[in-house]
Amino acid sequence: MLQIFQLYVFILAGFVGFIVIQRVPPLLHTPLMSATNAISGISLVGAIVAAGGQYGRLSTILGFIAVVCAATNVVAGFLITDRMLAMFKGQKAANAKDHAEMKNKAQAGAAK
Amino acid sequence: MNELTTRDLIIQGTYLVASIFFVLGLRSLTKPTQARLGMQQAAFGMLFAVIGTLLNGEILSYGWIIAGLVIGTAIGYPMAMKVAMTSMPQFVAFSHAFGAIAATLVGVVEYRHTHTINAQGIMPGMSHGVAAAIGFEVLFGALTVTGSFMAFGKLQELITGRPITFPGQNAFNIGLIAAAFVSLGVLVYNPDAAWAFYTMVSLGLFLGVSMVLPIGGGDMPVVISLLNSYAGLAASATGFAIGNNVLIIAGALEGAGGFILSIMMSKAMNRSFGNIIFGAFGSAPSAGAKKDGGPAKEAKVITPEDAATQLAYAGSVVVIPGYGMAVAQAQHTCRELQELIEKKGGKVAYAIHPVAGRMPGHLNVILSEAGIDYGALLTDVEDANRVLLTADVVVIIGANDIVNPDAEEDKSSPLFGMPIFRPWTAKTVFVVKRGKGTGFSGVENPLFTKDNTLMIYGDAKGVLGNLVKEIKALDEGH
Repeated sequence: MLQIFQLYVFILAGFVGFIVIQRVPPLLHTPLMSATNAISGISLVGAIVAAGGQYGRLSTILGFIAVVCAATNVVAGFLITDRMLAMFKGQKAANAKDHAEMKNKAQAGAAK
Repeated sequence: MNELTTRDLIIQGTYLVASIFFVLGLRSLTKPTQARLGMQQAAFGMLFAVIGTLLNGEILSYGWIIAGLVIGTAIGYPMAMKVAMTSMPQFVAFSHAFGAIAATLVGVVEYRHTHTINAQGIMPGMSHGVAAAIGFEVLFGALTVTGSFMAFGKLQELITGRPITFPGQNAFNIGLIAAAFVSLGVLVYNPDAAWAFYTMVSLGLFLGVSMVLPIGGGDMPVVISLLNSYAGLAASATGFAIGNNVLIIAGALEGAGGFILSIMMSKAMNRSFGNIIFGAFGSAPSAGAKKDGGPAKEAKVITPEDAATQLAYAGSVVVIPGYGMAVAQAQHTCRELQELIEKKGGKVAYAIHPVAGRMPGHLNVILSEAGIDYGALLTDVEDANRVLLTADVVVIIGANDIVNPDAEEDKSSPLFGMPIFRPWTAKTVFVVKRGKGTGFSGVENPLFTKDNTLMIYGDAKGVLGNLVKEIKALDEGH
């Protein structure tokens, strides 16, 4: 029964992800990928339990390696996403308007 | 189910908060101005979930955990701060590999743990459902680990970017996949079959290598997206295996993201998944692609001085950059050129193809890094083509396949059907190109011999630098 609930969660989360991510503009596809990558570094949570539980020496070592890898994934993933998004922030709105005009003019031209 | 303790409630609460912040973070990515804040909140969500996990009653010693967190941060921080935007695809591939290593190892630990308990007869055997979850987890995890390292190697040019093929490769790969699924079936049927478990891990590792080997560098955007999806599925399966909802949710989000991007990338190349994975594009020289239509036309060449004059007096300029621009690090010089043209009253826009670069959206990041306003980036092929109709000058920098008219005109071309830019509809086209070679796919480009196309040979950065110099010289001449 528990697994049925998990399947519910998985399918609904996938559905939400699908709807939300579909609306991310191509402009931000690279940050999107690094963002989802950082978020899925949440395996860190599983790694922490594996490293901290007393499952035997080998398991602790494997768990420790998992924590190192997952923590690297999370830290690097969020930082790089932030670095990228900082570049897309605080741009001149006036310029964007200029280009919207250029696009409109071109559309009008194409319609003729 | 056991009674929930206060501690459990707190832990689950942090997970719920984290999940909500993750979804909101991704939602913020639909608006460039809100994205940064949204993702910072998502990072806090993650911190929250980690703190919550530390309260878990199963954790008896914190030494290894803290050491791991410290070392992971010490590796991750400098890596993220130093990496160049050009190397973003390698970086993401590397990061996927690390996440997948974690997911796989968690699966192995979980399996060993349950297996030992079973052997001691303390608890009833592992359920078929958990066995299936752990099975999927390590299979996808292992495949993503080696697949991502292979992709990393190709992007970093440690391994050749050309497809590596051998006879019977597809049959071999299908055999590997079948064997992996048979092992998975055995494991689900009999969760105590440790041999099946470890066979599956090894097959997964092997499969990652053999699936990425035959894929060429030009197809990397699809591969990276697919690996993104697999990494997510591995994380999700981890959640199923250890009964953790936040893992299931975060993994499903990444899985969905990677899936959407893979579909978009394949569409942008007009190719199916199967074709990319089993096609080994560009490995076979496109025999008979050369048509016997009289003597081949020579491409015309223009000097930087003449090109600069035309650019200086152009009303509307469109730049079409490709990966070549990123390799040459020409984005900063390109912005200089844009500023000069704008000072003279012209307008500059950039047409960015979905598959330009080595990962989805790669060139947007590179141009933004140079301080180019994202309002100037045309990321829709149709939009860009409309702007091209009225453009005075088009400057193509290090791009080839995405402006190849054969994609529309020549049915025998391997590019046929791919949505492309139509720079030849503008008044004049300048093509900045390193030499007379073909593009990554190895296909000839008839654009170069069109009547209104003029070539400027040389390194992209050098050529753009010359153009900047010449336009400045024009000013001083006045």
